[in-house]
Amino acid sequence: MPNENAKTAKLTLGPLLHHWTPEARRDFYFRAADEMPVDSVYVGEVICSKREPFFQDHLPEVIDRLKSAGKEVVMSTLALVTQPREVKAIREAADADLIVEANDVACLEALHGRPHIIGPFINVFNEGARDFVAKNGAFRVVLPVEAPATSIKVLADNAGKLEIEVLVFGKQTLSIAMRCYHARANGLTKDSCQFVCGLDPNGLNATTVTGDDILTINGTSTMSNGYGVLLHELDALRTMGVTHFRLSPQAVDMVDVARLFRDTLDGKLAPGEAEAKLRPLTEPVPYVNGFYYGRVGLSWNDRHAA
Amino acid sequence: MTHHSLELLSPAGNPAALRAAIEAGADAVYCGFADRTNARNYPGLNFDVDEMVEGVAFAHSKGAKVLVAINTFPPAGEMKSWKDAIDNAAMAGADAVILADIGVLDYAANKHPNLRRHLSVQASAANPLSINYYRDQFGVKRVVLPRILSVDEVAHVAKETGMEIEVFGYGSVGPMSEGRCFLSSYMTGLSPTSEGACAPASHVTYKEEGDFVLSCLGDVVLNRVAKGEGAAYPTPCKARYVACGKAGYIFEEPIALNALDILPELKKAGVTALKIEGRQRSKAYVAEVVSAFRKALDAVETGETRSTDDLSDLSEGGRQTFGAYKKGWR
Repeated sequence: MPNENAKTAKLTLGPLLHHWTPEARRDFYFRAADEMPVDSVYVGEVICSKREPFFQDHLPEVIDRLKSAGKEVVMSTLALVTQPREVKAIREAADADLIVEANDVACLEALHGRPHIIGPFINVFNEGARDFVAKNGAFRVVLPVEAPATSIKVLADNAGKLEIEVLVFGKQTLSIAMRCYHARANGLTKDSCQFVCGLDPNGLNATTVTGDDILTINGTSTMSNGYGVLLHELDALRTMGVTHFRLSPQAVDMVDVARLFRDTLDGKLAPGEAEAKLRPLTEPVPYVNGFYYGRVGLSWNDRHAA
Repeated sequence: MTHHSLELLSPAGNPAALRAAIEAGADAVYCGFADRTNARNYPGLNFDVDEMVEGVAFAHSKGAKVLVAINTFPPAGEMKSWKDAIDNAAMAGADAVILADIGVLDYAANKHPNLRRHLSVQASAANPLSINYYRDQFGVKRVVLPRILSVDEVAHVAKETGMEIEVFGYGSVGPMSEGRCFLSSYMTGLSPTSEGACAPASHVTYKEEGDFVLSCLGDVVLNRVAKGEGAAYPTPCKARYVACGKAGYIFEEPIALNALDILPELKKAGVTALKIEGRQRSKAYVAEVVSAFRKALDAVETGETRSTDDLSDLSEGGRQTFGAYKKGWR
């Protein structure tokens, strides 16, 4: 039912993947509550459990403020769980009163089938995996960034009540690791990291030895250098049955970014116009959309150039 | 006493390597079908169905086991190849299948409940809760742990789960959470998760630049070395990048994992099986590494102290490491 989907297309603000200061993070969520035309806001730490304590004290007021603003609030959880204290935190998140986004299968074990969201770090690439997680309590699946349109189409089609979410703006996380590359690049280790990831609110640039921008280091994760942008593809995604459209927080004016995507979803802005307005907000970071087209991930396929 | 010893598990990239591994003393081999259903989908490697049937028969005649890796993630609408692979592994009499995808695990558990299921490293299960999930939902009997845990962490997982634990003993160091790494497809468009080929040779080029050689994956330069220095194979996680103004191996050096000297510690940690990596390697390589590990494992069993074989000539970059085992990656 594409038309119905069109009317109800939800815009979401994914979890903040970078390490911003507690104040910056709090103010960002206050702005999300007050000004951002998003339906859902994912809070919680996905990348590194060492970052968690910094924001712990601010979380309750942030959650209250977002809920008061009518937002659905989701607690995103760690993408790679290894330490006993991380297992404990996963259990606590699963037992708490908020909707949980599971990003490591550990979370599914802790949830015991209670309603939840499957995050992009749990591989749901096919209908077999999709149907299994849906049967076991998932009501929404955020697809992996690598999923091409051909897969999204199959997964969003005949999904029944299951909601499907796709990342449409922000750096794409390409890998997660145990070792902290952000610390390593600064001559430190994960245990002695001094939270150097906090120095780079949009991640640490890594170029090739010949000087081309290629990757972004963000703590234990590695991201695309470019922003994944699926503006021209919003219509197609809606028609496929995608219900939720995720914006990943970057150190740019996310209120304006959200407004552009909302207006495009609502048909108030043509994708080309929206892109022309988005570019100045995000310079000099390039755009990528190769995964969507099943091509080289870092490529930008500009099929819609006027 | 045999059942208490560590199982030595060897790669078998083709039928010749399977025989060589078993003759060199492997307790079991793992292999895959010649398609994208396994994570080493490279030209000229792997088994067709007849070869699998013959391979299993040969292994069983020597008292060895065959584990079939069907450990990639099927794209939506294309699960048939993976289902066929499981049906064929069962038909061939394989001792177990090594799986990663939730949809594939679900199929195998329902269709072939008596076919033993192991959890592939590609599932990236690195803690007791995750492992219990796969045990509870799909009846998985053994888990292959990611190469990111220290010996103490391995011991903790073994104790908490009571599962059979398989770890890597020799091969490359895998710094990323495997099965969830999209670096290679970011550069080539071909996905290791669904196509089973990380940094495929078809996308690798070397370009001369004065006194240097650039190694590239797709259009991305992954290293620059002096001519004659010998460049390591360009994979995205063993490449040289520039960050914080310095060029370096920001993820991991080109270096080989070698656990030959810590076998007693791994055994004490509760490890069941020791995996040697390298289905893409020659049968001579496989025979040499398996022999070295066979001797070392036998020495561990008899309590004999002896010096272990030197495998450094076979190692990536000629250098070796204990990886995460000793200190972890903290």
